[in-house]
Parts: sequence; structure tokens; C-alpha cells
Amino acid sequence: MGITAAAARDEFQEELVIRPLHSGDIYASFQFRTLWDTDFLQEGQKVSHYRLFPKSLGQVLSKFSVRELHISFTQGFWRTMQWGQPFIPSPPGAELWVWFHDTVSDVDGNWKELTNVLSGIFCASLNFIDLTNTVQPSASFKPLGLGNATDHRFLRYATLPREIVCTENLTPWKKLLPCGSKAGLAVLLKSEKLFHSSFHSQAVHIRPVCQHKNGLDFAKILDAPSFCIHLCINCYLHLFTEWSLFKMFSRTLTEACPLATSSKVYVDITDNPEGELFELSPATPLLSQAVVLGDRRTYSVFDLTRAETFGQLRSLNLLLRWKGDGGEMLRPLLHAERYVAGFGLQTGEIHTVIYNNHPYRAFPVLLMDSVPWYLQLYIHTLTVTSKSRDNKPSYIHYQPAKDRHRPHLLEMLIQLPPHSMTEVTVQFERALLKWTEYTPDPNHGFYVGSSVVSALVPSMVAMSTNFTQDQPLFSSFVPVKEESSYFVRVYTEPLLVNLPTPDFSMPYNVICLTCTVVAVGYGSFYNLLTRTFQVDEPSLPLAKRLANLIRRIRGVPLLT
Amino acid sequence: MDYYNLLTTCAFIHLLVSIPYAYSNYVENKAGQFFSSGHTNNWAVLVCTSRFWFNYRHVANTLSVYRSVKRLGIPDSHIVLMLADDMACNYRNPKPATVFSHKNMELNVYGDDVEVDYRGYEVTVENFLRVLTGRLPPSTPRSKRLLSDDRSNILIYLTGHGGNGFLKFQDSEEISNMELADAFEQMWQKRRYNELLFIIDTCQGASMYERFYSPNLMALASSQVGEDSLSHQPDLAIGVHLMDKYTFYLLEFLEEVHPASQANMNDLFKVCPQSQCVSTPGHRTDLFQRNPGSVLITDFFGSVLLHDMKQLVADVSSQKPKQKDWHPPDGFILGLWTLILLVFFQTYGIKHLKHIF
Repeated sequence: MGITAAAARDEFQEELVIRPLHSGDIYASFQFRTLWDTDFLQEGQKVSHYRLFPKSLGQVLSKFSVRELHISFTQGFWRTMQWGQPFIPSPPGAELWVWFHDTVSDVDGNWKELTNVLSGIFCASLNFIDLTNTVQPSASFKPLGLGNATDHRFLRYATLPREIVCTENLTPWKKLLPCGSKAGLAVLLKSEKLFHSSFHSQAVHIRPVCQHKNGLDFAKILDAPSFCIHLCINCYLHLFTEWSLFKMFSRTLTEACPLATSSKVYVDITDNPEGELFELSPATPLLSQAVVLGDRRTYSVFDLTRAETFGQLRSLNLLLRWKGDGGEMLRPLLHAERYVAGFGLQTGEIHTVIYNNHPYRAFPVLLMDSVPWYLQLYIHTLTVTSKSRDNKPSYIHYQPAKDRHRPHLLEMLIQLPPHSMTEVTVQFERALLKWTEYTPDPNHGFYVGSSVVSALVPSMVAMSTNFTQDQPLFSSFVPVKEESSYFVRVYTEPLLVNLPTPDFSMPYNVICLTCTVVAVGYGSFYNLLTRTFQVDEPSLPLAKRLANLIRRIRGVPLLT
Repeated sequence: MDYYNLLTTCAFIHLLVSIPYAYSNYVENKAGQFFSSGHTNNWAVLVCTSRFWFNYRHVANTLSVYRSVKRLGIPDSHIVLMLADDMACNYRNPKPATVFSHKNMELNVYGDDVEVDYRGYEVTVENFLRVLTGRLPPSTPRSKRLLSDDRSNILIYLTGHGGNGFLKFQDSEEISNMELADAFEQMWQKRRYNELLFIIDTCQGASMYERFYSPNLMALASSQVGEDSLSHQPDLAIGVHLMDKYTFYLLEFLEEVHPASQANMNDLFKVCPQSQCVSTPGHRTDLFQRNPGSVLITDFFGSVLLHDMKQLVADVSSQKPKQKDWHPPDGFILGLWTLILLVFFQTYGIKHLKHIF
């Protein structure tokens, strides 16, 4: 086919969604999406001209034949019960899951190199991802983008619960945006305010999507896909009775990114129809309704591509003043928790509790657990109980761990009865590691990654399956296949488990003791056997020595 | 009065004529000085080896040297920054995403644009030695490699807890002075540096450089054998000591240096005398070829990105010779002044000589 002369079409959209919560907290979600009509994986056509799509990631995709890439860095844990469902969930620490193209022959080799390259791009220790913490889920983590192939041999999933997120991860992330952090919504991403939050997550999602022609159902079009890279930052800030963009981010918005086709700020005003809960200024006539996560919500829209949004001062500083105390928040329908039970440093029990808060509908959930090899699970003790009765999962996939080679993988499809709590328990035994395998601070404990609960939750409101251009990004991240349910992924807490830790000064103590015993015991024994005694003449004083010298000359007997 | 005018115009003409002459001399001197140092690029390897919140000061030390080195021109791609623990986003940090070096939170050395190449558990003796010697696995990304060549000047800064002959990494392993000396010898044999400046801020730091034996090494330490390096000042809001004394005064010294500065190594040796530091900083220059007084601070802390022009000059000289700037003949200036003086004395007479002398 050769290199075509026409430049590939790409477009960039950005948006910020602000959801004020009743306790005075704010959930802010930034989404930046670049859509590009090109195919990295096509033979004979090398992509060399990058405009909006970041070049570093484009080269990674073509070199390692990656179909989908999802990476996220999170600080803090998302409290689903208090804060509701996030738009795009992520577990604490770093999470990376990748679908490779089916032409790849050595997936493990590509995976290892990919993690190293990404650790250089994002300044994170992703090179610690190796076969001992990578799994191949068979049912969870199906591709979010295009593609029929679901052979899970091409999927790799790994998580690093201990990974820290800080400015050094934000800096390269911001460089992936077309406008950088100089224009548009990204000017609000200042690290000092952003990391001063209860929850902060930044993610990159790359997947192939269908090219959407006007009005046609996307399921019918299956030719050359375009690639969509979705960068999002979620953060959750505590604030008081009055907040503004300046107070939250120490910056205001002055212009949209010139390269963006759409740049919008959405503020969730569903709980405030008459204005009795809070007051939003500057007032805007634009309203938008969207069904997101099974709920119909109303948003005030600020369109940054229009000059009148910025008003007289040419800067947009949203102000929100709380007037009254809010009522109850809608309880999320699916929620999960996990904890370790037991005592001592030998055995323990992992409990995973899943709540179904729907009043009358039951639905199945897929639970995926990836436990490191040093917690040796006893699968014969696995029990699943709902409402104090045994609940047998309809599908179980279990891959046992191999010491120092691969972790445990347990996937189960569990039917949750309505309005119930389901508990999954499994007992384990802690292994003793070799002394070089301990981290420099072993008394902190060892982390076990979050469990993932994926489900299609029945929705109260009918969802639209048509994909249109004007839909806000946050409501269209996960493709909706049915009208009556929406896809939800819930991550549980990571576990912190203490392993039996040796005293690392013991080798030194043993060497000292052994050497002392050998020196004192054997040394004295050797001395006793081999020591001989000799009589030694005491040395004469100087005067007598001189006298002896003279006597020797004279030939006279010497003094003693 | 006319003669005064004449005098001033003659002096003005003289200045006009001699300034380009003096400037071209200056440029030639500068170029000569530059090419005599022999380096064409700069690298920096900055390592903090301590873990845990109470070792905040070691991370602040490393970040302040990182900040100075970036400010003076070395780009992130030429800096390998290794921090053994995260202080900025540590849960105990009351001001997240900041690392302060001065109390009352005056100076945030962490900043907004920082790239840490090795962090957390990756900072080990093995990784440090692999970075220095270049023996890294093939999948290591570029940002984690020290891609220096035989014309690179490298700055190596280490800080942490140390003792007589060793430096502790992350409370679980040590690097000895002999290993470090051998690593530098490997670098020399593989021609991985032109000149190397080694700075260490730990207790008994001078013991770490006493075993060096490769050429072109200059070393500075914050304390002698048998002495402890002390920390500078705590901040009551953060709750820990913010910096070590030696690096604090080093940072103050480096804040005065700008890319065109002519400060040299002798000024660096004078940083933090015993009255300020309590410990006695030491240095070692016997392995270094050039005189420390002629070595600029910016030779190591700044970045020079000129290229080797020898080949290019050879190509150019085979073409038409370049037109050189015209300089007035040497005797002309002398003659001009003699003329001015003669005219002056002729006008005013010899009796005015006593007004001058």
C-alpha cells in the first residue's frame, strides 16, 4: 500500500466533570481524548507523522503490537459507599493490563519489554512487574475497544499496590497531552493542590474504536479502526462551604486548548434543581442531561470554545456556595470489601464481601483474585455464602501458584441474590521467603493486590446504545451493549500482610559467635598441644655487659 | 577649549578602534580555555540512599543539587536521579508534593517538573554500579542509562548514612570504597568519562574517596574520617531536619553561580568551613590533571553542548580562506597616544606637567 500522502485525521476533546457531594467534598474528573484514524498494526505502513497523538506511546504500540493498553496510577482508595461510583475506577497503586495483537509469537517477552519501556516513560517502577505478579485472566478484563478475538493468552494483567504517585509521574503524563499543561483544562493540573486530596488517580487508556460515520450503528462498520487514547485524572478533594476553581486548583481557566475540537466543563446539578442546596456562579443557560452509571443526571455546561463563557475578566472561575445540608446520596448497587482474618504469622483467612443493594434484582458478578505465591491458598477451604446459605459459583477458573514463578489466579462467576451480602472466604498459609527476597523494610508488610469485581448492573434508567458524537466523554467510556444494564468494575482494598520476618542481623551474630568459639576453644587446645617451654636467661644490665666484653678480651670467665 | 575637544575625540577614536581588538582577544582566550578542558557534554548521577521519613534531609540534599544542576543547564535526559524513598507524597508530609530545603518552607526543591529515574526499591548497590559501568539489561529505557562517552564530564553526588569505608543503601546493604574505586576504574577503561567530580555528604565521607586510583577524578566530602556530618535545621511544621549542613551551604554557594560564571573549584573547596559545618570538609585533587583553580564550576554543574569541530574545520580550511577581522597595526595605538600627548604639551607648556604627576 505504501505510505499515503494524506495526513491522518485526528481530533482532541477535553472535559472536566465536577460533582459536588453533600459533605462539601468535590469529585473532579478530567478527561482528555484523542481520536486518530490510523492503524498501527497494519503491515507495510509505517506511521511516522504524529500530530495530536503522543509519539512516545504511538511508537510503543507499534513496536510491541499492542491492541489495547490500560495503565493507571492511584494514590488513596475510592470509598464507594460514601462517594458513589467513579466514572472510571482504578485500584490503589499501579495497574497495567494489555491486550496484544494475535500476531505476537512471544507475548511474555513483549510484556517484559513493554513494562520496562513504560517505566521509563512514566518514571515509575513498572519494571518490578514480572512473571511472579502477572496473570492472564480468562473472563475478566475483556477488551474495551474493538475486536472479536478474546483468546486470553494475549492478555496480561499486573498490579503493583505499593507504587507511589507523585509529581514525577504527573510531569510525563502531562507531556502526553497535545497542549501540554499550557492551555485548556490541563492548566488546572498543579501538583501541589492535586496531591493534597483524599484520592488521586491518573490513567491512560488506549484502544481501537470504530470510525463513526454519521448516524450509522457502529457495530456494522468493521474496517480500519481508529485509535483512541483517553487520559483521565480523577481526584477527590475535601472542601468547605464555599469553593471555587481558584481555591481548588490555584488557577482559573482562561482559554480552551486551541487544538481541541471541544472543551467543556460540566457541573453536576442534579441534586439542586431549584437552587436550594447550592448556588453556582457564573450562571450558564446551557444544560445537558446524560445517563451515567444507571442514573439520569443534569449538568450545567460551560463551553470553553465560546468566548462569552469567560465573561468580562476573560477568566472562568466557577464558584459554588453551599446553602443547606444535603440529603442522602444514592447508594451504589454494587460494593465490595476485603480483609484478612486470623492471628499469628503462620495462617490466615482472606474474606471478600460483596454487597448487592438492589431491592429486587439479582445479577451475576465476576470476581477476580490474584494472590502472590507467598500466601499459599488452600482452595479446598474456599466457601461462598450468601444469606448464610451456600452459593455455588457457576464458573470457576483457578490457576494455582508456582513458587517464585507465578501467582494464584481465582476467577468466579457468582450470582448475587437481591439485597444481600455474599462472603467469599479462603484460608492461606504464609511462606518463608529466602533472605534476599525480602524488601529493605520487611516489617512494613507485603501487599496483596485488590480484587476486581466486574458486573453488568441492572439500571433504573434506560441507557442509550447509540453512539453519537455529542455525548459527553464521561458517559461513553465503556461501550453500552444493552439498554437495561451498565458495566461496573469495583476494586476492593489491597491487603497488607505480615510475613514471618527473620532477624537480619543473625548472620553477623552467627559469624561472630562461631569465630569466637573457634578462636578461643581450638586456639587454646592447639596451644596446649604444640607449646614448648624454654629457659630464658635474663638480660644483664649495661654495666655488666660492658664488663663482660672486657673480660672476653682478657680471656677471663664472664659474669652472670 | 578646542584642544579639550580634540583630546576627547582622539580618546573616543582610540576606544572605538581598540574595543573590537580586545573583544576578539577575549573570544580567542575563551575558546582556547574551553578546548583545553576537553569535554563536550555533561552528565550528572545524583543518588539518595536513605529510606524512611526521618531521612527527609537526604532526599532534600539530592533534590537541591538536582535543582542547581538543572538550573545551570543540564537537561533531564542527562541526569540520572535516584531517590530511595518518596518524601514529597509521603503520607506524613503535611504539604504534599513539596520537599523543602529551608525552614519556614521558603524553597521548594521538588518543584513542578521533576523526573526521578530510579525510585524506591530500585535504588540498590547493584543498580547504582550498573548505571555507572553501563552494564544494564537491554530492555532498560534510555532515561535510566548513563550514556556518557570519553568527552563527558560527570558529576556524581551521593548522600545518606555512611561510615569508615562504606555507604549504606536503604538500611539493608552497603557499598564499600573499594567497590566504588573499582567501578570508576571500569569507567575509565571503558572511556566513559573525561573528568569526574565526586561529592559525598555522609558521616566520615572522606573515607569513600581515599581508595580512588583512576585518573581525572576530583573528590569532595563533607567530613573527614572519624567525624560526623551534621544536619542543619529542623522545621517544626514538618517535624524533621530539612537539610544537611554541607549541602545547605553548597546550595547557597550554587545559587550564586549562573551559567556564565567564572567561579572555580578553589571556591568550591572553601564551601562550609569548619566554623559553619562543625565537620571538616575534605577534598582530593591528586588524580586530577588540571589545576583546580582553572576548573570552572560550570564544567561539572553546568552543561556545555558544543561539538567537536576538528573535522568541520578541516573541511572548511580547504575552501576559500575566511576573511579575518581587520586589526589596526600594533604601533598605531602607541603612535596615536604619543601624538595626543605632544599636542597637549605643546599647547599648555611643560609647566603643566606637575599637575599631572
